[in-house]
Amino acid sequence: MSLDKKQVKEIAQLARLNINDSEAQRATAELNNILHLMAELSEIDTKDVEPMAHPLDMSQRLREDVISETDLSEEFQAIAPKTGKKHFLVPTVIE
Amino acid sequence: MMHKFSVAELSKGLKNRDFSSVELTKHYLKRIERSDLNAFITVTEDLALSQAREADSRLTKGNANVLTGIPYAHKDIFCTKGIKTSAGSKILDPFISPYDATLSYKLNTEGMVMLGKTNMDELAMGSSNENSYYGPVNNPWDKKRVPGGSSGGSAAAVAARLSAFATGTDTGGSIRQPASLCGITGLKPTYGRVSRYGMIAYASSLDQAGPITQSAEDAALVLNTMAGFDDKDSTSMNKDVPDYTENLNNSIKGLKIGIPKEYFSEGLDDGVAKVILQSIKEFESMGAIVEEVSLPNSAYAVPTYYIVAPCECSSNLSRLDGVRYGYRCDDPKDLNDLYLRSRSEGFGEEVKRRIMIGTYALSAGYYDAYYLKAQKVRQLISEDFKKAFQRVDVIMGPVSPTTAFELDAIKDSVSMYMADIYTLSVNLAGLPGMSIPAGFSNNLPVGLQMIGNYWSEEVLLNVAHQFQTQTDWHVHLPENT
Repeated sequence: MSLDKKQVKEIAQLARLNINDSEAQRATAELNNILHLMAELSEIDTKDVEPMAHPLDMSQRLREDVISETDLSEEFQAIAPKTGKKHFLVPTVIE
Repeated sequence: MMHKFSVAELSKGLKNRDFSSVELTKHYLKRIERSDLNAFITVTEDLALSQAREADSRLTKGNANVLTGIPYAHKDIFCTKGIKTSAGSKILDPFISPYDATLSYKLNTEGMVMLGKTNMDELAMGSSNENSYYGPVNNPWDKKRVPGGSSGGSAAAVAARLSAFATGTDTGGSIRQPASLCGITGLKPTYGRVSRYGMIAYASSLDQAGPITQSAEDAALVLNTMAGFDDKDSTSMNKDVPDYTENLNNSIKGLKIGIPKEYFSEGLDDGVAKVILQSIKEFESMGAIVEEVSLPNSAYAVPTYYIVAPCECSSNLSRLDGVRYGYRCDDPKDLNDLYLRSRSEGFGEEVKRRIMIGTYALSAGYYDAYYLKAQKVRQLISEDFKKAFQRVDVIMGPVSPTTAFELDAIKDSVSMYMADIYTLSVNLAGLPGMSIPAGFSNNLPVGLQMIGNYWSEEVLLNVAHQFQTQTDWHVHLPENT
């Protein structure tokens, strides 16, 4: 499995990253090297092996449905790039 | 002179009022100012002095804890309220954290003194600290060389005694490898031992915080404060924290040490191998029993890690989008342009690479071939350890295949990934691991890796401390320190 420059550019767009032609060139070579490394895993027989998503054998902890956090909206707004009337502002999406 | 004391010695000195925390803090601040290692991203001088005054008042009143008044360096991955928390990235360069990480809160409450925030590979991705937006860090043993990564600033700061100890995080070796390359002691605890709340996430099923110190005794003292259950971290383990200093002096006679033959194969530098084998002999002379064990799937740790970690990071880092905090590009023309340019201008090359790998591996049609496959191999790697720990108490081997390499020496990503070949599997399994100074090769420090069973930090610290009572590698200092 190897990727071409066009595919790498598509992946970048999916990840919301812009890459120019020379970056795509380099990224394609690097990504193919990494994919080549990953291909080693196909040697291993993993039939009947449970996938391991997490190191600890634990389930999600539940808690009482009570308010535990205080309202920090002002602090959070204060560090935002652009805010207004308790909203985070971005360029207009719908006219 | 004060900087040559360990945390344990400084604690006694402060308690006896041989010196004050303010004196000690000023001494370290002066050392940081004179240093040219680029170990710090932010030095918090005013805060440090006010915390030191507060600590002195507690020490005088007699309501101080063991670590009250001890200056430390905090990896810039931990949120610190009102203080820039960049994680070594341009995208978080404007980020002043509105809250404290649980670890920051705990160290503050203990009365410790934060000297500043240390340099690191961007968002903890790297093995040399060369991926930092704030520039590389120099290794105090040889300034042309890297300190390792990602906790490179923390390791260099402790090695050069710019701080009594430092915090670090370890996702694939980021505490142990820089500790090894800088000749100091580093401990990655069991996954779930130290809270991850407020620790900027890279790969959430692998990330774990731990101490970077001058000795195992110091690591035990610091871990006593760091460890413990946290309601705010859903993967924190509700399990009692022992006093890690209590068993440091136990004899290790009869301790069973396993040596994985896979850790001594091709790729391991001869000088490093020699030091590691010599230190294992030292353990034998102390009464430990050494036997060979096998971790047959070790070789697959690198590809497995470089699927699991990028998948988790591509998901985790989608939150850095220029909307709510951090860097935003100038004059975005629409929302998509805002996302694209904020992220493209804000992330460095290695971070982008890992996001793209993860995005690809998780995309429709490839999930089973990559992510699911990697999770299955992760299970096999973890089972290898379980089998080995039925026979032995501790596994030992090298931390890193080489000593510190020169800046700009490794140009391609796959070669850089190999720097963590012996450390990655420990994170995949979630086990505790440690690096302790074991000797030198060509005047550069070599670290011995010790891997323990789940929740066996006490055993690792005991074994490491016993080694450090018989050897003096951990007290060697770089020239002019």
